[in-house]
Amino acid sequence: MLIAEGLGLRRGGRWLIRDVAFSAEPGKTIAVIGPNGAGKSTLLKVLTGELNPDTGQVQLDGSDVARLSRAILARRRAVLPQATTLTFPFSVREVAELGITVPAFPLSGPARAALVGRALQTVELSALADASFDTLSGGEKQRAQLARVLCQLWAAEGEGAMPLLFLDEPTASQDLAHQLAVLDVARDHAKRGGAVVAVLHDLNLAVAWADRIVAISGGRIYADGPAETVVTETMLADVFQVRLSPGALPADRTPFVLPQTAVRLVSDGPSSLAS
Amino acid sequence: MTARAESRIAPPAATRRARPIAGAMVAAAGVVMLATVVLSLSLGATGITLDAVPRVVASYLGGIEPMTTEEVRERLVILEIRLPRTAMGLLVGSALALSGAVMQGLFRNPLADPGLIGVSSGSALAAVAVIALGDGLLAPVVDALGAFAVPISAFVGGLIATALLYQLATRAGYTSIATLLLAGIALGALAGAITGIIVFGSDDRELRDLTFWSLGSLGGASWQKIGAALPFLVAALVLMPYLVRVLNGFLLGEAEAGHLGVETETAKRIAMVGVAGAVGAAVAVSGVIGFVGIVVPHIVRLVTGPDHRYVLPGSALLGGALLLAADSVARVIVAPAELPIGIVTALFGAPFFLWLLMRRRGGLG
Repeated sequence: MLIAEGLGLRRGGRWLIRDVAFSAEPGKTIAVIGPNGAGKSTLLKVLTGELNPDTGQVQLDGSDVARLSRAILARRRAVLPQATTLTFPFSVREVAELGITVPAFPLSGPARAALVGRALQTVELSALADASFDTLSGGEKQRAQLARVLCQLWAAEGEGAMPLLFLDEPTASQDLAHQLAVLDVARDHAKRGGAVVAVLHDLNLAVAWADRIVAISGGRIYADGPAETVVTETMLADVFQVRLSPGALPADRTPFVLPQTAVRLVSDGPSSLAS
Repeated sequence: MTARAESRIAPPAATRRARPIAGAMVAAAGVVMLATVVLSLSLGATGITLDAVPRVVASYLGGIEPMTTEEVRERLVILEIRLPRTAMGLLVGSALALSGAVMQGLFRNPLADPGLIGVSSGSALAAVAVIALGDGLLAPVVDALGAFAVPISAFVGGLIATALLYQLATRAGYTSIATLLLAGIALGALAGAITGIIVFGSDDRELRDLTFWSLGSLGGASWQKIGAALPFLVAALVLMPYLVRVLNGFLLGEAEAGHLGVETETAKRIAMVGVAGAVGAAVAVSGVIGFVGIVVPHIVRLVTGPDHRYVLPGSALLGGALLLAADSVARVIVAPAELPIGIVTALFGAPFFLWLLMRRRGGLG
């Protein structure tokens, strides 16, 4: 269980996030949405312990994340960054293996190979296991990194803990099928009892995938709850500066948006790029 | 996701990079090293051949006193000239190659090298300053440190250079390699210039030779020098298993290394101290020898891939081998005179470095 209260982070005299309360329960998927520069990635960095907040604290199973060693944190949570560049030509398999060897999980060679094999299969990169990471497409690179993150999660799971999974725009460079596939992998982790927090830009994907949606605007939490209470016309206008009425699926009232019907709002009135 | 079919067909053979033999390649580097040890031990102006080595060592260890003048001479040459020279070549080569590999991993750039970015020059300046001022201003320090005065000051000089460079090149957690290289060149030139002034202004016996401090030599090898440098090199070797894990994490990026459990700030400090120690010790006993730190890790990476589990031990072994080979060339090519070893390493290393640059024309970043 991850609980944070009163989180604030200031850089250069500006609050990147302020007064943020956040929680992630085991077995739940949480999508963080918001416009560019709203503080989504910053929030993720603070929640994962990469940055220490100036105010408030993040508690992970009762202990302050800022006080936990990196080695312990690596066993409690895994993070998939937006994009990763490698300086030296690792193969895909070697990249995945780093998720086990860098945190130094005590696994035997065969156990490690099995875990890596399973991770690569899960992200559909088995056929490219021996390819150089550099030669992959953007989407494949991110899936290779996801395989690394899965190795870390599963190795930590093997030690008894159910770690959290953080994903920063995991669908950004994926085609539609792989967007769904990546989110399926994340959901699987939640089904096994881990909490998953993902920054997502596609509102429809967020709605379809997440148990809870957190909308951020100007470094503060604008709304936090189930999709139908968060993805509303008011939120879209206030947070994303667009006039757009969400539709709702008949079956369970799940909201959806049609971007082609949107009108951009500029501070004091409706406008659009074309005009 | 497992339910979905594999979405890609297998890539063409050219992009496949299976490396089941990485461990074997490290072992091969060890064999190459042994071969250069034999080569180094059998070379010399006195005409004493390799077969004398086991004989002399055995009689020395057995406590047998040499009888004939021939035996006395043989023992002197083997025990006091060739063995220390070979041992020092191994140590210095390993230290330089290992330092290069660590810096490249730390800065996430294949062009980082302690010689190239001025760390060695910083060490040399500090060493020269301590020798020159050893009788005057710094006399109490030198007296207190004894035989370790020069290696320790070289270590401190290297550390200051490394830290300074890192500060210069890092803004908001991002290290610009272009700045690092350029600042390193400037810093190295400055340190070299000041070293030159001190050397020319000094009449100290140890300092008479500027070539030593700019191009290096294994010629002055002695067991005493080895003893003074050894602790630093051993400390760097002891750090190796820790650095393997850390540097592999750094290859993904600093933030990612942190996510994977590496205390990144601590790790950077430890790696820099280790590099400064190894480079400082190498410079203190053999002067500034360039290009070993950049050439060796690259050759190793070409065969084993970038995993530091293989790159670090492979570099340590091959670095010793390469320096002994370079030293052998330096001793033979203009015999009976001796070429400064830095000329030989630059002759092979500089074109290699250019080739590296051409291959990475995309940028320094």
